[in-house]
Amino acid sequence: MMEYLQILGNEVYKILFLLVPILVSVAMIVWLDRRVWGLVQKRKGPNVVGPFGLLQTLADALKYIFKEIIIPASANKVVFILAPIVTMTLALVAWAVIPMSEELVLSDINVGVLYLFAVSSLGVYGIIMGGWASNSKYPFLGAIRSAAQMVSYEVSIGIIIINVLLCVGSLNLKDIVLAQQELWYVIPLFPMFVIFFISALAETNRPPFDLPEAEAELVAGYQTEYSGMMYAMFWLGEYANILLMCAMGSILFLGGWLPIIDIYPINIIPAPVWMILKILFLFFLFALIKAIVPRYRYDQLMRLGWKIFLPFSLVYLVLTASFLFYFDKLPKGNF
Amino acid sequence: MTISRIFKTIFLVEFIKGLLMAIKEMFKKSKTVNYPFEKGPISPRMRGEHALRRYPNGEERCIACKLCEAVCPAQAITIESAERADGSRKTTRYDIDMLKCIYCGLCQESCPVEAIVQGPNFEFATETREELYYNKEKLLDNGDRWESVLAKNIKLDKPYR
Repeated sequence: MMEYLQILGNEVYKILFLLVPILVSVAMIVWLDRRVWGLVQKRKGPNVVGPFGLLQTLADALKYIFKEIIIPASANKVVFILAPIVTMTLALVAWAVIPMSEELVLSDINVGVLYLFAVSSLGVYGIIMGGWASNSKYPFLGAIRSAAQMVSYEVSIGIIIINVLLCVGSLNLKDIVLAQQELWYVIPLFPMFVIFFISALAETNRPPFDLPEAEAELVAGYQTEYSGMMYAMFWLGEYANILLMCAMGSILFLGGWLPIIDIYPINIIPAPVWMILKILFLFFLFALIKAIVPRYRYDQLMRLGWKIFLPFSLVYLVLTASFLFYFDKLPKGNF
Repeated sequence: MTISRIFKTIFLVEFIKGLLMAIKEMFKKSKTVNYPFEKGPISPRMRGEHALRRYPNGEERCIACKLCEAVCPAQAITIESAERADGSRKTTRYDIDMLKCIYCGLCQESCPVEAIVQGPNFEFATETREELYYNKEKLLDNGDRWESVLAKNIKLDKPYR
């Protein structure tokens, strides 16, 4: 019994060691997002709470905690409460397999990519549940849009991931990073990287694909009826998801924790720092894009997903496969 | 679609131009002022909080002609007057309901002795309604507090009136 508790305690410690930094970095990333957005528009952005306004998100979270949670009378209470919990849990759970360095990973499973893909696909449930359980028109419309959008872009993301897997020959995220030691996949698979990035924008409901929460037409989409801590959980989950997409992008294409070039003064920087820098770079792009693009129309969004990205990534998949086969570069072993 | 258009679409030319533009704009000086700590410039014509002014010898300027009360489109001003012991006519009551006031500046324009003026202060928000029913005492107090600025503003704006 004692031994069992000890193992459990050890695991909880490890999970906390992962969760706390993620929650803190989500807070920082929200600040960064608002700050970059402000700077591009020649505003100052949040700069009052704490040094450079760094504690702004903490102050916001504190405010949300003390706000009343209002549950609409016609809402389905159980599902309504469950939705933000599902969103946040799924966004955090996926982090279990993200390797920050060769040793620094919570669970090193052999089907890491599959797990990530499965969890991020489940993410749409939180949104659908929230939209449906609110029992009012704007959340419902937002949820429908969101479901359609996330499902269609997941298809192209899946095919892009297959592109990478074809070059690696393993579903283990660690193997994927280590396979990039000679050449980051962003160079041979550059078009795929661009499409992955744009699909990630759609997947996380960021502008220009923020149709589910298009404030001009749908108030706030699926979050309309939410308030207080439940809203904050949606919001936290959303940003954790964005961060996850950035981490995925840097693992699949930007060589994870590997330094830019493996020479002396650069490769003494510890591996997690490289990983964080790459995630930050991708997030910076996310934030910049939020500032410069107008929102897509629904039919344009669907056209882009199904008629352009899907066929293009399929053709590229065939090209990659033929290239690897012709030059006899197909990964061997692990089969 | 022309060839150049197709090229631009496929290689996201305009999108990348936009990104570079955004990065360029990021390093320019921001147009915002940190409001409670820094303040923007205010015109001498600013129609802010009201004040009743005095002559340099301490005598109140207002002669209770009630022109401002008559001209006020929102009927925010209430004046009662009485003759004083020295024979001059002065107000016994001069109330402005700052909630009714539309800050049009007609009272200041109508005043023959430059008694009622609208100063540059706009930060007089209160927590209760009652605090915004200004009486004579409050208005005179405002006048005393802002006199230097008010006198300067009137002088600067004189050529245009």
